[in-house]
Amino acid sequence: MTSRKSERLMNLVICLLVARTYVGKAKIREVVEGYHDQTDDAFEKMFERDKEELRDLNIPIEVGHVDRAFEDEPGYRIRRDAFELPEIRFEPDEAAVVGLAARVWQHASLAEATSSALIKLRAGGVDVDSAALSVVEPHLGAREPAFDPLWNAMVARTPVSFSYRRPGGQPSARHLEPWGIVSWHGHWYTVGFDRDRQEPRMFRLTRVEGDVRPDGKAEAFTVPEGTDVRALAAQLAPSEPTSVAVLRVRAGAGVALRRGASSIRAAGSGWDRVELPYAVGAAVADLVISHGSDVVVEAPDDLRNSVVHRLRMLVDAPGAQA
Amino acid sequence: MNQGAKAQVERLLALVPYLRERGGVQLDRVAADFGTTPEQISKDLWVLYFCGLPGALPGDLIEVDMEALEGDGVVRIANADFLDRPLRLDVHEALALIVALRTLRDVAGAGEREAIERALGKLESAAGDGVGRLDQVEVQIDPADRVVVDAVNAALKRNHRMRLSYFVPARDETTEREVDPMRLIVAEGHSYLEAWCYRADDTRLFRMDRITSALELDVACDPPSQARPRDLSQGLFRPSPDDMLATLDLAADAGWVAEYYPHENATKLADGGLRLQLRVSDPAWLRRLALRLAGHATVVIPSEIAADVRAEATRALSAYHA
Repeated sequence: MTSRKSERLMNLVICLLVARTYVGKAKIREVVEGYHDQTDDAFEKMFERDKEELRDLNIPIEVGHVDRAFEDEPGYRIRRDAFELPEIRFEPDEAAVVGLAARVWQHASLAEATSSALIKLRAGGVDVDSAALSVVEPHLGAREPAFDPLWNAMVARTPVSFSYRRPGGQPSARHLEPWGIVSWHGHWYTVGFDRDRQEPRMFRLTRVEGDVRPDGKAEAFTVPEGTDVRALAAQLAPSEPTSVAVLRVRAGAGVALRRGASSIRAAGSGWDRVELPYAVGAAVADLVISHGSDVVVEAPDDLRNSVVHRLRMLVDAPGAQA
Repeated sequence: MNQGAKAQVERLLALVPYLRERGGVQLDRVAADFGTTPEQISKDLWVLYFCGLPGALPGDLIEVDMEALEGDGVVRIANADFLDRPLRLDVHEALALIVALRTLRDVAGAGEREAIERALGKLESAAGDGVGRLDQVEVQIDPADRVVVDAVNAALKRNHRMRLSYFVPARDETTEREVDPMRLIVAEGHSYLEAWCYRADDTRLFRMDRITSALELDVACDPPSQARPRDLSQGLFRPSPDDMLATLDLAADAGWVAEYYPHENATKLADGGLRLQLRVSDPAWLRRLALRLAGHATVVIPSEIAADVRAEATRALSAYHA
């Protein structure tokens, strides 16, 4: 029965928490209600399972020896400083923002983690109101099935394997030490050490197909000292500008191009000359073409050629004949 | 059953310090704070009634005031000094709450930002062992101008109308409009102001990074009664059935478009590409998208837009041969 078991687990926690030293198994069996009427075998099994369940709740049970002179009987204890939430006090404005933060996650397991964090904080004496009305409502969701297993693997530092498919490509098996999880332009990615390619890589979660499987034990890797997940994502994603496009832009048009421009000068007869720093040629070509006849590339040549080539493809597209 | 006992023990370990901290608390209030029902809390208390120091002599047990519970619906316990503090936060709890707070920080006004920083500092120091994992998750929100963020927060707080300059990429123009701000949200990597727009005469979402200037007016908001925040549980943008249904053929290398834009339908094409059907509220948006995807996609329906895109590409191309 649930209540009998809860009672036994609670009494076990209290017994190990108040002990001044390690408590031997025999002693535990004698003093914790629910153990002493069990057979030896049943007690052993029950005790092992109980310990595991308490560890699942993140309760740190230490193993040591009951008597230093006779190091044969194992004993157990819970160190109070490892068990207890440290003293934490919030000013009213701090408690208010923590209450708002509790509503940010729309993802089931993380919403649950935030709620249980709040319960612990309340138990620690903080009055957090998570139902207050607010006009600021950030939401974080994650619909990708790969999110939970990758999150857990990242926290536990378990290497994983999964099948990954780039758009238009074939799926391939990947082996990863997940260092972190990043939301980038509204999409979830994992960054980590790619064991096949032997270097850091970034994977988009929507492109993970099927299950994410453990590929090793917990704590099987370390994240290198000083790893900055955000910087790594920025480095693996489109990066710092390396070239400058010189564009002729019709006056009054090309707002997006002008917002990123390093210089804008009048070029006469209703046109401006706009210099636009960029990192990825294809992205700037997309942006230029989207403005149609309002933008003309003057330099560099490769950008100009690519824009001309793609405009020609539009003009010659099969089926485009109306 | 097992799960039940574990969840119950987790609750009890927080319930004891919670009640010790507060004295007598109404049962309904306890249930609300623990995200459960009053019946469940009553069951929990009946378990607690049999818990206490090892030995389980009458004086060792936690005292649960059953008369106060059954008579006045008040929860009160005594003799539980040994369970003084809740369990510390585990890594999932600390990480979930801290990531949520950091996300909130990106959209909050100046005053809240400061409270969030202080709360973050306290939580980070309470995270204990988990502290090494706290920088493994990053949520990047496309950065909006701080001046705009602060102005929007201030106007929301005072319930004041605003004048916005807002960039509309589909039309390549910056528009001026007056709006009654309703709330600030974050979803899918962007922050948005939801407001009643007097130019559109409708509720609109304004991407914060496209607001180029925001001025708070000394006028109280007075939106018409049909101004209601939209339900975001089904995603940010829900196409209206009144919107035009367009057909877009994607080349094999443009599969990302299907990942990126909500669509009604996607079918494979013989050449490895995809045929997408998507709802389009603004023809200018589709025209610009088709230009942007030059060489990777073709508009099939509506044929007027296909012809329009081709004519625009022809005009753009002529500038390179002049």
